[in-house]
Amino acid sequence: MAPPYVAPPAGLVRLSGMAFSRSAALAGVRDISPMMLGVFPFGLITGVSAVTAGLTNVEAIVTSAVVFAGAAQLAVYQLIGVAAPLIVIVATTVMINLRYVLYSASLAPYVRAMSLPTRTLLGAFLIDQAYLFSVLKFDHEPDIPRRDYFLGVAVSLWLVWMVATFIGVFLGTQVPESWSLEFAIPLVFMALLVPAVKDRPNLVVALVAGGLAVAAAFLPFNLGLIVAALCGIAAGALAERLGGRA
Amino acid sequence: MSRAEVWLVIAAMALVTFALRASFLLLPERLGTPKSFERALRYVPTAVIAAIVTPAVLQFGSAEGSLDQLVPRLVAAAVAGLIAWRTRSILYTIVVGMLTLWGVRWLLAFVG
Repeated sequence: MAPPYVAPPAGLVRLSGMAFSRSAALAGVRDISPMMLGVFPFGLITGVSAVTAGLTNVEAIVTSAVVFAGAAQLAVYQLIGVAAPLIVIVATTVMINLRYVLYSASLAPYVRAMSLPTRTLLGAFLIDQAYLFSVLKFDHEPDIPRRDYFLGVAVSLWLVWMVATFIGVFLGTQVPESWSLEFAIPLVFMALLVPAVKDRPNLVVALVAGGLAVAAAFLPFNLGLIVAALCGIAAGALAERLGGRA
Repeated sequence: MSRAEVWLVIAAMALVTFALRASFLLLPERLGTPKSFERALRYVPTAVIAAIVTPAVLQFGSAEGSLDQLVPRLVAAAVAGLIAWRTRSILYTIVVGMLTLWGVRWLLAFVG
């Protein structure tokens, strides 16, 4: 006798152990395609910066493949350029990539029913766009095969990222130093910073962190970056509290 | 930095980045984090990016930090900031910023 049918909690059980859904993956690729235009120059600059900082072509390409975090990579290439110690490099990576913890916490309820290997795989690809597009999609279409939509977004961006890094690595060795292409790094960060300053607390964060980073530039091993960032975060939290009271 | 040290850096970056990304996805139960901690986390990207941008533009303590090198950098950064604000495009910001840097340098060399 068959056991009585128990309806699974909505959107949970159907996720685990499911066959690959090609249509969901393609939907992810389609949704993310406009973002590829933004990822491409980022990957290009990352490739150029890696070889400019003294990495070999293979090292540069492997870094993009296994780290897949452009902002952190650019910051670390700058640190490698000044021969910062490993602990500072790791601390910088943690600081710049700390937002992924937030994404991870936010995405977790949507993927709870998936197997541990699947969740590990998604974790490896949890980049900004994959997180944002997936969570928005899952809210609108709870029934879409989530694993495959997510992978459609993330893996296609990874491929674009790798092609761009490849081209950047090749270009990096051809570009004369007088062009100062390394200046493209602060330019990329500027393009990321401007939309991040979307309200008054974030403006306070940017002003305090940016100002202190210059003031604390004398600190050894780029520690000024971390001190300035922590002070900026504290100032932002304070500004938020004061703003809430006013 | 030796090749072995570079590979150590790459491995450490990959490991740390994966640990941050997978953190909550691998937890069996949702753990309650303090609200204030979660709110502070939202300021991390802005803080870190700002702390990278300003010293990189000003370039103190390096050969590139001399005054005639500083002016093109500042002008290019200001123009790039404007472009970033108007277009929200990384590509346009890079292209216009670099062109401005080269243009101002060329002008200064021409005038001086």
